[in-house]
Amino acid sequence: MLGALRDWIAEKFPAWIFLGGLLSVWQLVVAQEWVAAYLLPSPTQIFTTTFTLWPEIWAATLSTAYSICWGLGFSILIGVSLALLFFAIPLVRRAVLPFCIFFQTVPIIAIAPLLVIWFGFGDPTVRASAFIVSLFPILANTLTGLQETDPQLRELYRLYRPSPWQLIVKLQLPSALPYMLTGIRISAGLAVIGAIVGEFIAGGGIGSLIDAARTQQRVDLVFSGVLMSSVLALSLVFAIELLSRLLLQGRPYLRKV
Amino acid sequence: MSAIDVTALSKRFSASEAPVVQNLTFTLEEGQCLCLLGPSGCGKTTLLRLLMGLEKVSEGDITLSPGLIEHMSYVFQEPRLVPWRSCLENVLLPLELTRSNSAGQRDRATALLQQLGLGERLGHFPSELSGGMQMRVALARALVTEPRIILLDEPFAALDERSRFRMQDLLLSFKAELGLQYVFVTHSIAEAVYLGDRILMMDAQGGQRDWRAIDFPARGQALKMTAEFNGIVESYSRLFTDMEIALVENGGRV
Repeated sequence: MLGALRDWIAEKFPAWIFLGGLLSVWQLVVAQEWVAAYLLPSPTQIFTTTFTLWPEIWAATLSTAYSICWGLGFSILIGVSLALLFFAIPLVRRAVLPFCIFFQTVPIIAIAPLLVIWFGFGDPTVRASAFIVSLFPILANTLTGLQETDPQLRELYRLYRPSPWQLIVKLQLPSALPYMLTGIRISAGLAVIGAIVGEFIAGGGIGSLIDAARTQQRVDLVFSGVLMSSVLALSLVFAIELLSRLLLQGRPYLRKV
Repeated sequence: MSAIDVTALSKRFSASEAPVVQNLTFTLEEGQCLCLLGPSGCGKTTLLRLLMGLEKVSEGDITLSPGLIEHMSYVFQEPRLVPWRSCLENVLLPLELTRSNSAGQRDRATALLQQLGLGERLGHFPSELSGGMQMRVALARALVTEPRIILLDEPFAALDERSRFRMQDLLLSFKAELGLQYVFVTHSIAEAVYLGDRILMMDAQGGQRDWRAIDFPARGQALKMTAEFNGIVESYSRLFTDMEIALVENGGRV
């Protein structure tokens, strides 16, 4: 127990020391007016701003969080379904997958104006933006997972003449599960970017908070927005970690026997 | 009444290559246990896979007695357990897939694992078991469907000697108690003589060389110490060596 605590401190302590050092130097640089405060506000200034404007910042954060969950949730739903479809019908995969890859290479910032035209200002565009950027990693990873199913295990299952549905539920999806979760982890980060980019263009949430603060030269508020978006991303990573544990239940899904 | 009838069976994987199994004919009577013996690459595994329907026959015929296909089980060379399923869940897999997952059969799975000395390990994952234990789980999985005949592909090859002897005796006990029939692939002459009522020797050209019935009144590890047993093993060894020499004279084609 004590040893574990010591290990934990040894592992995490350097990062905290570094953060403390960084913030101190930052504070010092601004306090000494080596850099103008309107360009780089001090850490204490950022925290004060965040504290005073908390109701607005919190509302914006919630709005963004909602859009992210919506976009990511839809990505998981559609991504896994599409992966299953592509896996089950190779002809569809060969026909459609190249366009998915092409779609993936188009930057979201280039598509965002189109989304505004189609969905108007506000949440629908933000959600669509979060969805579009986060779809591909889930789709690609799940598909890889399905395709990587151990052929020896497939042969074993074949001995018992399973239905296609049994094969999917009892062999292919469990095989793909670790890949799928990796895809979701990657997509979560992208969904945050997608939502904030969407908000820059379509309004609402942290994105428009940052954008508005920028036009008002409120750099401290920009930093507050940045801070909250990373808090949001970290919470999401944490939530997905919990989801993984729940789904994997300590079962060794990837180990070969 | 014969259980399995094989007539002029050949298998080639591509038209340009030599056949792996060539013009093989034999009959396995009901109740008989057969060992397939031969050097590596002689087509033993392929023959077993053909019997199970895992490969398509190129030429010739395999006739199974009516309904036998529903009561056949297969044990691969490696345990081939599903890594994310516990011991018990692995044994239950065939029942789940064939939708015969009744309470009675669940009990049977547990009982089988207990009989195989894994009663304390029901909830363990395969990665937490030794190779010998994994093989026993694989054997339990093959037995849980109550097969009439079980095909085993060098199942004990990777085990240490003591575990191998235990597994051999387990198999013999299932034969004696349940009337289980088996076709057992091995490259160990002693193992084939010990386990087989009959031995089919295959050579590397995909043909068969000898076909001999062995009738020991009783089997047990002590049998392996007897002169009779060792005499038979020796005569097979000599035959084996002759086959190897003939092979070299034929240009060493494997």
